[in-house]
Amino acid sequence: MARITAGTATTDSFGLRAWQAVRAINPVYFIALVLLVWVGFRNPAFYQPDNFLTFLQRAAPLMILTAGQVFVLVSGGFDLSVGSVVTSTVIIGAILANNDPGATWWVILALLAGGLLIGLINGAVTTYLKVPSLIATLGMLLMARGVGLYWSGGAPRGYLPDNFRMWGRGGIEGLFGLRDFPYAVIVLVVFGVGYWLLLHKLNYGRQLLALGDNPRAARLSGVNVNLMRISAFVLCSMTAVIGGILLGGRGGVSIETGTGLEMQTIAAAVLGGTMLLGGRGSIPAAMAGALALELLFTLLNLLGLPKPLRDAVQGLIIIAAVAYTAYSTRRNR
Amino acid sequence: MKPLRILSLMLIAVLLAVLVACGGTTTTTEEAADNAAETVEEAANEAAETVNEAAETGAGLGMEAAAVATEFFSQEDLDNSIRLISVTPEGPEGEPWNQYLEPNFIDTTQYAKEGPYTFCFSNAGVNNPWRVVGYTTMQAEVDLHPEIEEFIHVDAEGNDEKQIADIQDLVASGNCDILIVSPNTTLALTPAVEEACKSLPVVVFDRGVQTDCPATFVQPIGGYAFGYTGAKFLADNLPDGAKVVALRILPGVDVLETRWAAAKQVFEQENIDVVEVQFGDGNNDKVKTIITDAIQKYGQIDGVWMDAGATAVAAIEAFEDAGQPYPVINGEDQQDFLVKWQENDLTAIAPTFPTFQWRTAIIAALKVLQGEQVPDPWRLPQPAVTQENLDQYVQPGMPPLHYAMCGCETMPDFPERWGGTASQ
Repeated sequence: MARITAGTATTDSFGLRAWQAVRAINPVYFIALVLLVWVGFRNPAFYQPDNFLTFLQRAAPLMILTAGQVFVLVSGGFDLSVGSVVTSTVIIGAILANNDPGATWWVILALLAGGLLIGLINGAVTTYLKVPSLIATLGMLLMARGVGLYWSGGAPRGYLPDNFRMWGRGGIEGLFGLRDFPYAVIVLVVFGVGYWLLLHKLNYGRQLLALGDNPRAARLSGVNVNLMRISAFVLCSMTAVIGGILLGGRGGVSIETGTGLEMQTIAAAVLGGTMLLGGRGSIPAAMAGALALELLFTLLNLLGLPKPLRDAVQGLIIIAAVAYTAYSTRRNR
Repeated sequence: MKPLRILSLMLIAVLLAVLVACGGTTTTTEEAADNAAETVEEAANEAAETVNEAAETGAGLGMEAAAVATEFFSQEDLDNSIRLISVTPEGPEGEPWNQYLEPNFIDTTQYAKEGPYTFCFSNAGVNNPWRVVGYTTMQAEVDLHPEIEEFIHVDAEGNDEKQIADIQDLVASGNCDILIVSPNTTLALTPAVEEACKSLPVVVFDRGVQTDCPATFVQPIGGYAFGYTGAKFLADNLPDGAKVVALRILPGVDVLETRWAAAKQVFEQENIDVVEVQFGDGNNDKVKTIITDAIQKYGQIDGVWMDAGATAVAAIEAFEDAGQPYPVINGEDQQDFLVKWQENDLTAIAPTFPTFQWRTAIIAALKVLQGEQVPDPWRLPQPAVTQENLDQYVQPGMPPLHYAMCGCETMPDFPERWGGTASQ
């Protein structure tokens, strides 16, 4: 037995090394790739640049929101208020702007200020009042939705002006010979690169990861733990406002806009190898996770499965993918 | 390590099995659709049949979205609804909430009582814009009648159990002179309404109950007429074999199943190719995704049928964003859709489930308490917004999801009470 093993080891050493190199890559990229090929197989038109950009435009909000969620997750918390903040952004934005294009800029600033406030509350309640973030942000989920709906009287009021909606819907006509280069994709790239720098290249990110990994050690090494925690929640809530602006732009005013997004962002982040309870996570991988999730939605749509089965398959795939990701990252550690 | 590996392998195996099973069936049907598309160029007539066949089988397991649950369907009711659309209503001209179709008047002297009255209302919920507009209109109607001294409203928040308890509480309180019920679901609320009938007069509206005990039942023609009007308009304005996407909100709701049942029959009779039947959950973003994918997949979509209009504008925008011509479409009487229609000169129609029925419920209840004759059932007309009367229903300054068929324009405090502004 021993002799045979030794023999194969020498002959396959290159293959083995290649296999190990492949294994070192985060599996979420393979999952996304497989789904990408599969979707293209069902719908060849999907690969046409215009169509693919339309898809990216659709996926951009979830990808950005997931990147925001990663900051809270790696710091050891959860933010369940994301979906509600998105919905409230759309509803309150419509009331404030009321179809007046001149109002767009101050409305966007006001909404971002609202996001800042919600993030501060989430962070302060979690750090100073010692309420677990799961509960604190669950409360915020109900509050943000309730306030938005109460203000609007139960049904959406007002319209979002076109220059507000252009971020989610419009694009630069004729750029690179395309029909439309969506603004949402530009926003996606800007936030993707910015968040990648912030978490992986700057001291801030290192401190945040250290905090999530071991709060006590981080505190002893001089990290301002409370400030870091609060900043993660603020970042996430303000990202949710950005996501709301994109989603409201794409679809228009609706009280359903943000429904379920909190779970989708967490699932996407975990799919991208982000560890719940903190300490480990990657912005590009989490965004690839969000992309994979959107591809999955598209694929299930194309396959034309009945809705209940589609939900079941979706849940199954998420569990399987996360289990696989968790399994392989744990081994690589 | 070992159990983990086994677990993940098992998961992936199950997953693959499911996907292969589902993927397999749809592959064959989609090939059929592709073949059909090729033959279109060769022999148009023949192809139309193949396309239709492909459409029928084409949804694969997605048939559930296209199928009509049998417990919600009755051909007799469907035919009767279609007949009622063209019946001229009786009652005061220009006040559809006071009108009725083929009335069967009943005597209510047994309920007659001296005012002032306390009206009690058990409401299924105020959980969507249609109900918000309806309930606002109802409150405005109550304010018109000084003889209604008190109006007690209990919101069941879309929960059968809560509504049953609400009705029991209202009856037990002994304060109510009459009970108005908008049932959350038909079957669950029937016993509670029967019980209430023993103590006081009851008026039911919106969704029905399976008992004759209420003094009267107020309802427009219903879901069949809604679905038929939209589908018939599409069929009349599209050529044979035109590709149509049908968008539904969610499965299993009787008032929505009947809309689709009627539309499906029209499309089958008129050779319209329904390429997709999808549930959009009333979510703009999802609807936009469904339409965008359908345009990519089939190259062109000629028409869109919807069982409710809240997401109609999102559907239309998907065509704009894809650089495609506007489809022939049916929405509903929501302001945002009517405005979009007027601005872009769409080929469109808006069947309605009129919110003015919330007024009628109060009017009927008052008549019952005053011992006047009322029709039972009180069949309300169900007008549609068409190209001819569109201008009359577009009301700038009203919220996007305001329902134009509220019959509330002449009521006090319009439009502020409904969330609108007088001039814009």
